[in-house]
Amino acid sequence: MLLFLAKRTTGLLATLLAVSVVVFLVMNVLPGDPVLVILGIDSTPDAQAVLREQLGLNAPLLDRYLIWIAGVARGDFGTSHSFGVPVAGLIAERLPLTLSLALSATLLTVVLALALGVFAASNHRKAGDWGVMTLSQLGIAVPAFWLSMLLVLLFAVRLRWLPPGGFPGWSDPAAAARALVLPTVALALVQAAVLARVTRSSMLEVLRLDFTRTALATGLSRSRVLWRHVLPNALVPVVTIVGMQFANVVTGTIVIENVFYLPGLGRLIFQAISNRDLLTVQALVLMFAAIVVTANFVVDILYVLIDPRLRGRLA
Amino acid sequence: MTRSTAIAGSMLGALLLTAFPAWSKTAIVIGMQQEPTSLDPTSDATASIDGMLAHNVFEALTSVTEQGEVVPELARSWTVSDDGLTYTFDLQQGVTFHDGSAFDAADVKFTFDRAMGAGSVNPSKSIFEPIAAVTVIDAATVELKLSRPDAFLLFNLAQGDASIVAPESVELAKTTPVGTGPFRFDGWTRGDRLTLAKYPAHRDAAAVQMEKVTFQFIADPASASAALLSETLDAYPGFPAPEMMAQFEADPRFSVEIGSTEGEVIMAMNNAKAPFDDIRVRRAISHALDRKAIIDGAMYGQATPIGSFYPPHGKAYVDLTATYSHDVARAKELLKEAGVAEGTVMTLRVPPFPYATRSAEIIQAQLAEAGLDVKVENVEWGFWLEEIYKKLNYDMTIIAHTSPNDMGNFARGKSYFYGYDNPEFTALWDRIRTEADPEARDALLKQGQAFLATEAVHGFLFQLPKLGVVRKELSGFWKSSPVLFQPLAQVKWNG
Repeated sequence: MLLFLAKRTTGLLATLLAVSVVVFLVMNVLPGDPVLVILGIDSTPDAQAVLREQLGLNAPLLDRYLIWIAGVARGDFGTSHSFGVPVAGLIAERLPLTLSLALSATLLTVVLALALGVFAASNHRKAGDWGVMTLSQLGIAVPAFWLSMLLVLLFAVRLRWLPPGGFPGWSDPAAAARALVLPTVALALVQAAVLARVTRSSMLEVLRLDFTRTALATGLSRSRVLWRHVLPNALVPVVTIVGMQFANVVTGTIVIENVFYLPGLGRLIFQAISNRDLLTVQALVLMFAAIVVTANFVVDILYVLIDPRLRGRLA
Repeated sequence: MTRSTAIAGSMLGALLLTAFPAWSKTAIVIGMQQEPTSLDPTSDATASIDGMLAHNVFEALTSVTEQGEVVPELARSWTVSDDGLTYTFDLQQGVTFHDGSAFDAADVKFTFDRAMGAGSVNPSKSIFEPIAAVTVIDAATVELKLSRPDAFLLFNLAQGDASIVAPESVELAKTTPVGTGPFRFDGWTRGDRLTLAKYPAHRDAAAVQMEKVTFQFIADPASASAALLSETLDAYPGFPAPEMMAQFEADPRFSVEIGSTEGEVIMAMNNAKAPFDDIRVRRAISHALDRKAIIDGAMYGQATPIGSFYPPHGKAYVDLTATYSHDVARAKELLKEAGVAEGTVMTLRVPPFPYATRSAEIIQAQLAEAGLDVKVENVEWGFWLEEIYKKLNYDMTIIAHTSPNDMGNFARGKSYFYGYDNPEFTALWDRIRTEADPEARDALLKQGQAFLATEAVHGFLFQLPKLGVVRKELSGFWKSSPVLFQPLAQVKWNG
């Protein structure tokens, strides 16, 4: 088990290192001068020169990479060009929101998808199955952005049940939760559509197997067989997809946070790219990569928990 | 009902009516499109910093009215020497910064020295260029000595870049701005909102109705629209989407204000690159443009056409839109004369602003009629700054110039992204910026406009409108933006 963990951790670090090189090169080679973005087009060349020196942009490329990556290893992500505050602080103040959004969206996705997938599989070739398939088709086709606007128009503008966006802060948990409802639903509906289909087809495969017939023959109720015997065996492909979807959800927050004007990491990365805030973008891309790799790491552990046959391989 | 009951009843009613004060709100939520990354207007050019903080949190020596007139602010009065080289400012007394420290002439000297110094990162350093020395005469008097006369000095000193700061608080200005204005900074949640609270010790505090101002940063027009309609926003003074104005005009809760700004939208041609160095080609392209179609298509009819580089609301404005009538035949003629073959390919690189991207498509079609094959390239802002602005790597582009009094751009020489250098115009601009008599200056400005139009330096398209959506009960918002700031001291809720 320890060897397994060690191998996976090394893999994780190697991936992050590769990501760091790529994002550094891309950000520093892309056209666009952070100094001009900050000072504007009416600024004088001497003011620009002073700022360029202050931001350390005159050093050679390799030096800048090494200084940066050494800082990251210590936990120092540098100081943002545009905000003028430590990047680590910027990330820390926004991370809880984005993570909450991503986790709650994933949770909602899983709950919805399992319920719909099991329902569809157990009503195979009947109206229920057909209904879920059509709904999920719609869900996959609909872009999250557009769906968000519709949800806002209905629930915020028309019904005034929920706020159209913004985040009131964590000090009032009820208001905070209300502010996250629509973004979570917008993210989850689209992902749930995909996952429901995967669940359904995986369930159908397991339903065909002999042991299902046996379980039913021994007199267990349909519902018990579905949930206690068929579903656990159908979960491996579902868990794989959830792992991939977590990555989609995390990057999906970039769009959703802009539509709902939430102060999260997604909004920050959008702003930082426009502002050519090199250090912030680099740190955020690394952060997103780290979240995705960690999620897949967790998925790997989950496999072992779900499928006892795999436990033996690790020992 | 007996007579006495009726009298008692009506007296009670009257009492109740007068006893209830008119309910007045003292808080307002304003939507802003662009969130700044720093809150120091003296080291960052982002327009929204000025829009929120200039003349609200910070004050300057002078200020400007909605009509563009210079009025006193921290300088109570001033005198200018006959040669226009010495300005003596008499400062307000008893003013304090929000941290309690007192304001005096030393703070003014500090502000100017910092902006003009070698290590300065002031985005509008050029407005301080004519100032040779700043001297403190006494605690309430400051003298500015100029190296040359500057007609625009008093106007420029009202800009956010010339906000008066104090040495005690300037270090943290990027995150905690401290000024002398009627509102003090009360918190900033990055990505979300910025809050201001009334500063009770301000000299005009009694006239300020708002106790709390919240700026909510919403970039997406659809989200902004939803926020206004669901009444979580009270005003959005710089609404970015002209196509959505109709629904607010029809809604009885809102009033829509369409005003003017200092933003001239031009289709810039790279005057340093063939064939745009040939005046016939530039004139041909000017003839091929149909401003009305561009305004209708890109701005939904909500903009004023311009024929030169000066805002229509300005005092010295001359309507030169008829200089090059929409005449495709004449355009083809001129292109043939200049040796530009039919089907010549040109690129039109546009930054990601709706006014630019939408206009580009229309212009592409219009120039195609004249036989030019225009390729539209949508580029990102950082790319535009690097490739077009810095390296002059472009044929044509569309951009809005939002600074006031910026006709001097055409005197900045060949290295400026216009690629334009005409000694005659440079001499004219020198005369304009040193002319102290306003009437003479206006006459020169008219000459300047005519010059640029005749030279057809660029395709002058339209003046960027300011679209404001404001709740009907609110008053005090400026309709037009002669400058980048919006003073909030006079904003009130009515009934």
